[in-house]
Amino acid sequence: MAKTPSRLKPLPQKTASSSRLDHPLRWWIALPVLAALLAWPLVAPLIGAEFYVTLASRILIFALAATSLNLILGFGGLVSFGHAAFVGLGAYTVGALMQAGITAAWIAWPAAMLVAALAAAVIGAISLRTQGVYFIMITLAFAQMLYYTVVSLKTYGGDDGLSLPGRSTLGALDLSADTTFYYVVLALAVASFVFVARLVNARFGHALQGTRENATRMEAVGQPVLRIRLVAFTLAGALAGLAGALLANHGGFVSPSLLQWQQSGTLMIMVILGGVGHLWGGVVGAVVFLVAEEWLGHLTEHWVFFLGAVLLTVVLIAPNGVMSLARRRRLEP
Amino acid sequence: MDVILLAEQALNGLQFGLMLFLLAAGLTLVFGIMDMINLAHGSLYMVGAYLVASATAASGSFGIGLAAGVAGAALFGVLLELTVLRRLYERDHLAQVLGTFAILLMCNEGVRWLWGSQPVPLGAPAALAGPVELAPGFFYPAYRLLIIGVGLAVALLLWALVTRTRLGMQVRAGASNREMALAMGVPVRRLFTALFGLGAALCAVAGGLLGPLLAVQVGMGESILILAFVVIVIGGIGSIRGALVGALLVGVVDTAGRSLIPLLFERLMPADLASNAGPAVASILIYVLMAAVLYFKPKGLFPAHG
Repeated sequence: MAKTPSRLKPLPQKTASSSRLDHPLRWWIALPVLAALLAWPLVAPLIGAEFYVTLASRILIFALAATSLNLILGFGGLVSFGHAAFVGLGAYTVGALMQAGITAAWIAWPAAMLVAALAAAVIGAISLRTQGVYFIMITLAFAQMLYYTVVSLKTYGGDDGLSLPGRSTLGALDLSADTTFYYVVLALAVASFVFVARLVNARFGHALQGTRENATRMEAVGQPVLRIRLVAFTLAGALAGLAGALLANHGGFVSPSLLQWQQSGTLMIMVILGGVGHLWGGVVGAVVFLVAEEWLGHLTEHWVFFLGAVLLTVVLIAPNGVMSLARRRRLEP
Repeated sequence: MDVILLAEQALNGLQFGLMLFLLAAGLTLVFGIMDMINLAHGSLYMVGAYLVASATAASGSFGIGLAAGVAGAALFGVLLELTVLRRLYERDHLAQVLGTFAILLMCNEGVRWLWGSQPVPLGAPAALAGPVELAPGFFYPAYRLLIIGVGLAVALLLWALVTRTRLGMQVRAGASNREMALAMGVPVRRLFTALFGLGAALCAVAGGLLGPLLAVQVGMGESILILAFVVIVIGGIGSIRGALVGALLVGVVDTAGRSLIPLLFERLMPADLASNAGPAVASILIYVLMAAVLYFKPKGLFPAHG
């Protein structure tokens, strides 16, 4: 044989097969990030950027939502196009309870997670029987059903949405102060992130990634594929519900637009942007997307156009998301 | 509840279904043959409607405006395919979602930039403004009849194109087995570009015709895009016949649901509950239809792939 054709060269990723299912949470990355996030509300006023504490809360909430989507999309290979529905359900649960006079966060937020998880369990049980494009479409269909249901709920504002009287109450903490709220969001986001990281590296996470790689083979070695997927789908729904509860508190407003399919698309784009199946994918995607939105919004009235251009550029030059650029550089010295 | 109401709703459903078919036909071919999720398909519909509105305003004639708008939209579709979309065919569905969503955002904002945020006026031709008496006592708007006529003509044309021409044969071959069609020497790149132009033209026909009924505005493409996806999933991805059946089904069910379900609910339950539940159930109906179809026929009614 003469020269080996270059396309037969083993791909770099494939060589590290032993660690492909492991996504360790490296402390030398995580701790500085955490320290920076903890210090942010103290630093921001010094540089005259108090507003950016609120923006940081928003980014953290979306990072949580995108990470929950990444659990099923990236690690489970389940392209769910209805994730915003679970975020919206969480938000509406908080709004509905508040309208009923229940403002305690320790009741409302777990309730939001529970409602979203229940909805995810039911929707997942039906949708997971389909595959590929049909799964994308059926999750979208269910999200649309919930969207139109919420639109017709006149008790909760219908089309116009529902203004909340204030934020939830949490013991002695005053959540109406933006800095306090930021730290509560940070604590919950970090806890959820660590939970997802532990989950992905646990037996369950490995099994979930196995179903992504080859569902038939997983079935053959005796893994309950459908149940694994359903559990992941439900957990992702619960985390999205928590993000929704926080989002409702953040804006003081819930509206059907939270459940719109464009919102599901935005979440998906955050994950794709950051890196599908990368531990930090959801976080990086949320940061890149929302910072780009904020920055372009200051520059021009037509920022959406340029946001689209940025996204298009990313698709064409960084096929596997922003995080893949770093990985590619490491692998190709 | 009388016969006239039912007949009117049936015609409305047919009219809406035919317009959905024009959108779904292009989408299902792109989806079926190129295996590409194109979220920007609704943008072609929007751009088409804007071009028709502008050309109509400039020429003063709806017919000339429609023709010019359709040609412009086809050109736009071809350019989009040549510059961006053909780089996405080989990529996975996620990259396609991201890429075409980006195009959707750019189209929306680009249109807002060029035409402003206000809806653009597009009136039906004056000759067709009034109603026509189809049967004694049954009046129906002439313009809606025109839409039904054009929709049927285009559907027939498309049917002839797909089943009676060489291009159509290649399209069908590509839809049922892409690799084999490639191996048999189907000029795939040119075929894809042509398909995209055709899909864009069909979108513009629908956009231009529906313009006088619905508003020509930014974001008009999104709601109808989801309906078009529902249609092709019900019909079976890649199948023109499925798209036609799915479109008529969705058109009739949606139209009938919106007018009949509130009436039905008013008789069955208290008024305040009915006024809440009626519109909700009517909006949800087609998604329930789609979920039910997928539950029993996971690949749609007329699967194109073996």
